[in-house]
Amino acid sequence: MISNPFFGRKRPEPSRPVPPGQYLEDGFPVLSAGPTPRVDLTTWQFSITKNGESLGEWSWEQLNELPQTDLLTDLHCVTKWSKHDTNWRGVTFDTLFKHAGISDRTGFVMAHCDGGYTTNLPLPDILNGMGMLAHTYEGEPLAPEHGGPVRLLVPHLYLWKSAKWVNRIDLLDSDVPGFWEQYGYHMYGDPWKEQRYHGD
Amino acid sequence: MAATGWQVGTITATESASTRVQLFQLSPQNPFPFTAGQHIDVRLTAPDGYQAQRSYSISSNPTNYDVLELAIEKIADGEVSSYLHEYGAVGSQVEVRGPIGGPFTLKSGCQEPVLFIAGGIGIAPLMAMLRHRESFGILEKSTLLYSARTLDDLVFSQELFKMADQDGLSFVPTLTRESPDGWNDRSGNRLGRFDPNILKSLLDRHNVMPQRSYLCGGTQFVESLSSALVDAGLDPGTIRTERFGP
Repeated sequence: MISNPFFGRKRPEPSRPVPPGQYLEDGFPVLSAGPTPRVDLTTWQFSITKNGESLGEWSWEQLNELPQTDLLTDLHCVTKWSKHDTNWRGVTFDTLFKHAGISDRTGFVMAHCDGGYTTNLPLPDILNGMGMLAHTYEGEPLAPEHGGPVRLLVPHLYLWKSAKWVNRIDLLDSDVPGFWEQYGYHMYGDPWKEQRYHGD
Repeated sequence: MAATGWQVGTITATESASTRVQLFQLSPQNPFPFTAGQHIDVRLTAPDGYQAQRSYSISSNPTNYDVLELAIEKIADGEVSSYLHEYGAVGSQVEVRGPIGGPFTLKSGCQEPVLFIAGGIGIAPLMAMLRHRESFGILEKSTLLYSARTLDDLVFSQELFKMADQDGLSFVPTLTRESPDGWNDRSGNRLGRFDPNILKSLLDRHNVMPQRSYLCGGTQFVESLSSALVDAGLDPGTIRTERFGP
């Protein structure tokens, strides 16, 4: 339906397109369902689990000793803003899986976070360079309101999949809805296919 | 709970709520039940196919969902809010879908006392909750802290003062950028920003810990006050937040 006389704001041609329904944002909005959790790095731990068993565990120091990866990427939030050219540093899941000797390459994961947040993803979507544990944003330690000390970063999906304050991923055989997904958000969340809500 | 697909919504009434905020009554072609606190997406399409979408909280009481009220602040350079303020007259149509959102809603079984904290237009989803709270039996022991720049920006103030006078709402508004004549005559009224210390003293004065808190406003406002609630000893799991702005 055309909304007459809507023409949209004068938009400078972006260096590359944004996904449908998105607009470019210079700031970095914060969206969280509750208060920002307080995370103590001296006791912080990230783990990968499967069927209740731990396949790998890393303290903050151990995470920082692993090979680090820099990533320049665009972000797309389901609340309609996109942000081009963001710089991140962290540890890819390829590195974590290799370090822990995990051979799984198919199936799904549930990310678990401080504060109780969860989100579900296909396992292949965090491997092959597509997902990392990010701890540094634009050269600075990731701010707590943006998910620091460590958040998931899976930038080819809507940003709610890049769970803040992540502390564990659980490997699963089937796809189970996480926090927002149970409220009707899309199970996969591809911004280029505009998979915002269930049924999109 | 899942959102409908896109559908046409017709604006059935408009009203100026403040210099910057316009109220729109919007009637979706296929009305959908919603829960107080949820929002809808509004989409505009230009002749060249360009589309802009934004989310707007529903401020009306869910008891009547044939017509949804949106309280929309005109944002500088905001392509959807500017369009609606300028061209959103009675009878005009936009595309809508909803309802959207889940954790930031008033749930049955929600126990008193409930604390609502609004910064600016963050009052919108809380207004739906306040209007609907009678259905949840939380009429007596609800508190609303509401921060606005000026009295003009204190959208819904008449209705909220009435709730305070007639329905037992503990209403604590504060103005951060002006001090109108007579403002201090009402005991609950305040001046200046809510900060963690003020929040703590207000909680102490009421001498009850909220069983559930809903905060909506700008990022720093919500970040600082939700953190203050945790410092005051509230269970983080009982605090629900919604933020806007970069």
